[in-house]
Amino acid sequence: MQLTRSQSFVACQKPIFGIDKQLALYRKMLLIRKVEEMLGNASLAAELPGPVHLYVGQEAIAVGVCDHLAETDWIASTHRGHGHFLAKGGDTAALVAEVFGRETGICRGRGGSMHVADFSRGIIGANGIVAGGLALAAGAAWAAQLEGTGRIAVAFFGDGAANQGVLMETLNLSSLWKLPLILVCENNGFAEFSPSATVTSGRIAERAVPFGVAHRTVDGNNLEAVWLAAEEAVAHARGGGGPILLEFETYRLRGHMEQEMAFLSKTYRTNAEVEERRSADPIRRFREALIAHRFATAADLDDLEGEVQDEVVRAKQAAKAAPWPDVTGAKDFMFA
Amino acid sequence: MSRRRMVQAIQEALAEEMERDARVLVFGEDVEASMFGETAGLSERFGASRVRNTPISEALLSGMAVGAAAAGYRPVCHLMYGNFIYTGFDAIANQAAKFRYMTGGQVKLPLVYMGVIGGGKATAAQHSDCIYPALMNLGGLKVVVASDPGDAKGLLKAAIRDDNPVVFLQAAGRSREQYPVPDDEDYVLPLGQAAVKREGRDLTIVAIGSMVKQALLAAHELASQGIEAEVIDPRTLFPLDEDAILRSVSRTGRLVIADESHNTCGAASYISAIAGERAFAALKAPVCRVTVGDVAMPFSPPLEDALRPGKAEIVRAALGLVEANAASPRRQAMAGGEMLS
Repeated sequence: MQLTRSQSFVACQKPIFGIDKQLALYRKMLLIRKVEEMLGNASLAAELPGPVHLYVGQEAIAVGVCDHLAETDWIASTHRGHGHFLAKGGDTAALVAEVFGRETGICRGRGGSMHVADFSRGIIGANGIVAGGLALAAGAAWAAQLEGTGRIAVAFFGDGAANQGVLMETLNLSSLWKLPLILVCENNGFAEFSPSATVTSGRIAERAVPFGVAHRTVDGNNLEAVWLAAEEAVAHARGGGGPILLEFETYRLRGHMEQEMAFLSKTYRTNAEVEERRSADPIRRFREALIAHRFATAADLDDLEGEVQDEVVRAKQAAKAAPWPDVTGAKDFMFA
Repeated sequence: MSRRRMVQAIQEALAEEMERDARVLVFGEDVEASMFGETAGLSERFGASRVRNTPISEALLSGMAVGAAAAGYRPVCHLMYGNFIYTGFDAIANQAAKFRYMTGGQVKLPLVYMGVIGGGKATAAQHSDCIYPALMNLGGLKVVVASDPGDAKGLLKAAIRDDNPVVFLQAAGRSREQYPVPDDEDYVLPLGQAAVKREGRDLTIVAIGSMVKQALLAAHELASQGIEAEVIDPRTLFPLDEDAILRSVSRTGRLVIADESHNTCGAASYISAIAGERAFAALKAPVCRVTVGDVAMPFSPPLEDALRPGKAEIVRAALGLVEANAASPRRQAMAGGEMLS
């Protein structure tokens, strides 16, 4: 049941959509990158209350997948979830304020980085439990199937999460029930502080095979390849074809969490390796392609980057100026 | 009123609520074949899309309930034995119990997890736990333990109508007895409200689940010795109707708690703590917990019977309190008979 659509896009030879779409998707990737670089710096400056897990290097996946989703479709995300939140249409300022722990945050400071969610936009939320989103997305997909209005659900998870038993349970049940569910594995090479090769056997995409679930392995650092694979997967799920597993190969350019070398007792990868992988940075690659195909000049893209940077600076300033949650409400929201 | 077994009362509650609200779903392992009988016939009546047999995959099922509830449905997830909550515990503890809080109140989770608890059926250690203390400790779940069919029906209907995650537990040992059950389709017992199952002035017995019947038998025997025991069934363990318990203790001055769970950090321990904190001045004798102790439930019936508290243990505990009190006039003089709070 492996989908056979051509993989010729992997090399990003020819742009597949027009200039407006190219720039909109580029801007979205850049927004995620700039928000996260700001958060990384804020973490270093001890401005953030807790840990942050950054998505730097994986932006093409969230942007390429979510571009195909309606606001009413569901996504469940991971502890590395800022990118999915923004790609699905979550508000930048509300995200940043949440990570700064403020009352104006999307979860009113109760959730923080690992729990950013916006149900009004179908964002079931980031999740602090590795593989925690799989079952939630399966439940939402079941609800979507019962409604019969064409909604689908997407579960983002990492290669580390692929080693949780609930993936097997999800593949089995979703195949049996033909749930409108897309399982998006972002294989970024590391399960927290362990290289994948030391903790994961075989190919993750092939774990779909015994369950009769469609699957595909795609270059996750190539926006167009991601976009095309997602287009196909969304059509498959929405059209009643049941679940599909997409494994996107990517690379986590930042640590599992910021400032991890301050507490880890040994390194798990070399700086040289990270530097080498920067050449495949999806944003850099997409920018080079835009210029090479004369969709934009370097100056145009620099201007765009400036705009995005301004938006991020404003979001940070607003968050820092926003009030902390009122402590008299610390026990609110446990029950409806 | 008609006489029903607990499983029949539960089946009626499920059917009535599914009839009332098309968003109520029932799913879980073998809900079609229905091992205990609570879901018998529901699939035929409401269709296989709303009453869904599942694989034995508790980690997934408990999380799917959260996802389906967040997406607007009212799922009832049948986990069969309470012990199987452990295999599905991640989504119950890490997602369901915290989801509304950690998203700043964005979402309601109208879902119910169901399971059968307790010993008495020789199901041994992995099918007999009274798991509620662990659930009470999470703080984000309502925890209901039904002790008779009528209560089971009213409490389950309330649980399904509640907009929060509720764990509904039934005591295994009681499932074959018949009790009167109201036929009214709107017979809903509010969650968080204890029931006074028997009134009495000398002693309060708080009894949970299967212990309620034992406490009533014990109260009957105590009455023959001139001791009138009040029996309170909390029915909801979280949130607990603390006021109902304290009101009774402040009148009787003596408290026995009969609980088929473990001793350490158990439901009885918590109830004992609130009596110590909030009714100390009223107590004429130390609070007495009657529990299984800190031991796994054995298989062999004589061992099981020896560990599970029953009428005799409750009577002995009650007499101990009354005698301790009679033997200590100084203590009697000190007791003010009024609650501190």
